[in-house]
Amino acid sequence: MRWINRKPGALLATVLATLPFLAVLLVYMIGSDMRLAVNPQDKLLPAPTTILATAERLLTEPDRRSGEILFWNDTFASLRRLALGVLIAATTALITGIGIGMLPYLRKSFAPFVSVVSMVPPLAILPVLFILLGLGEVSKVALIVIGITPFLIRDMSQRVIDLPSEQFVKAQTLGASSTAIALHVVLPQVLPRLIAAVRLSLGPAWLFLIAAEAIASDQGLGYRIFLVRRYLAMDVILTYVVWITLLAFLLDLALRLLSRRAFPWDGEAL
Amino acid sequence: MSYVTIKGLSKTYGKRTIIENIDVSVPKGQFVSIVGASGCGKTTFLRLLLAQEQPTRGEIHIDGAPMAREPGRDHGIVFQRYSVLPHQTVLNNLIAPRAFRSSFWGRLSRADRAEERAKARATLARIGLEHVADQYPADLSGGMLQRLAIAQALAGEPKILLLDEPFGALDPGTKIVMHDFLQELRDQSGMTIFMITHDLGEAFKLGDRVWAFDKPVWDATDPEKNAATITYDFDARDDGIPFQTLKERTHVLHAR
Ligand SMILES: Nc1ncnc2c1ncn2[C@@H]1O[C@H](COP(=O)(O)OP(=O)(O)OP(=O)(O)O)[C@@H](O)[C@H]1O
Ligand SMILES: [Mg+2]
Repeated sequence: MRWINRKPGALLATVLATLPFLAVLLVYMIGSDMRLAVNPQDKLLPAPTTILATAERLLTEPDRRSGEILFWNDTFASLRRLALGVLIAATTALITGIGIGMLPYLRKSFAPFVSVVSMVPPLAILPVLFILLGLGEVSKVALIVIGITPFLIRDMSQRVIDLPSEQFVKAQTLGASSTAIALHVVLPQVLPRLIAAVRLSLGPAWLFLIAAEAIASDQGLGYRIFLVRRYLAMDVILTYVVWITLLAFLLDLALRLLSRRAFPWDGEAL
Repeated sequence: MSYVTIKGLSKTYGKRTIIENIDVSVPKGQFVSIVGASGCGKTTFLRLLLAQEQPTRGEIHIDGAPMAREPGRDHGIVFQRYSVLPHQTVLNNLIAPRAFRSSFWGRLSRADRAEERAKARATLARIGLEHVADQYPADLSGGMLQRLAIAQALAGEPKILLLDEPFGALDPGTKIVMHDFLQELRDQSGMTIFMITHDLGEAFKLGDRVWAFDKPVWDATDPEKNAATITYDFDARDDGIPFQTLKERTHVLHAR
């Protein structure tokens, strides 16, 4: 039988899925063991047990100076910035995307503009944001918004244009106004696409968040990682990295479930 | 009495004239079947009737009204695909026409919605889609989808109904069921219908009149050169032999 036609069973599929994770863990453990054997004080590749101990300390022990658990403060601060940025970007993109996709006048004047703006590297204008908006929360949220909105707008307007023209004609013959078409034909059909696009842009959103936090902040996951970097605290960094990865994964999963739940007519499972 | 009047109609895309010199008039309640080779401009003609596009020359008047500039409530349309709203249930698809025209926002008031739901359920029962009322179009078979699409178009109470190969994707058995369905709806509503089809049998079976679109002059070196027009306008009532039966029937009537 050809390899393209061979499929693993359920059990084997699970084993295959866990295999790469185990392999990475194994490679890490071997590397860590080798370094620690030569120098027990080595900080670069701490043993998994050390990381677990550090994680436990980070998650439960309050900071001596403030009395608060910094880990949770950092998580809360970062998630708030991320959520705010993504929410603003998604709302903006939904409205402008539908406008550009539906109205020829808007399309003619804004589509080229958006595609040029989307070429601006967001990180390159981060200093501008800091200068204009200060070092507070606004500039960090703004970076996320600026970073992902152009992509979302382009995706949304393309999705609107891709809707079969038959549906627009049909709605018109049934007496729908432009507003009614936007609300009842276009909006419900691009919402699942918006969620899909937001899922894709979560990666860049995290990137912009951590970059902004690394440069100027006093709390946040990115801030902490770049702070402890000075002491080569790999155990702390790795704990935070695993935590960020888990958060990102859960966010993605939540959006996927939401999409499936809210749009049962939408067969596409991404 | 002419209900749909078409005068000197032609449509040109760039340098290519697709159809030209179309002069016809159709009385109210007539069923016109449109046949012709692929790419000869049948859909283009329908788009002009629908006011989805404007003619290069000529005029179209429905019920004496001025020419339409965009698709509107006078026009009912069923395409081969994508005719219903995929994100609404079967029941809501049938309510959509009332909701759309009820207000600027396209939403029914709570009280109206209950009433329209009841009406729509009755319609669904009549067209045999009651059992799938709360399902989405993706779950329906091709025949059921087209039944829904036709019912939805008629719920908009248009002046003319336009069908572009509505049964083109259906198997022969389903097609025959759909013919009965369409004929029944037509008898009830007295709708003026234009239907494009590639099935000649279907065209003559359903139509009162069959138009054949073709190019009167063929250019062998450039098949895209000349425009198409209505080359034949058959009377298709009584299986295409109205003349003979008409006489006999009158005769029989008088004898009784
Ligand atoms: N918007 C357009 N711009 C340029 N040419 C077009 C456009 N729309 C249609 N045409 C051309 O007009 C011709 C007629 O197309 P039309 O769709 O009306 O044919 P048809 O008779 O419906 O064919 P079919 O039976 O395959 O559906 C085609 O050659 C097509 O390429
Ligand atoms: Mg066609």
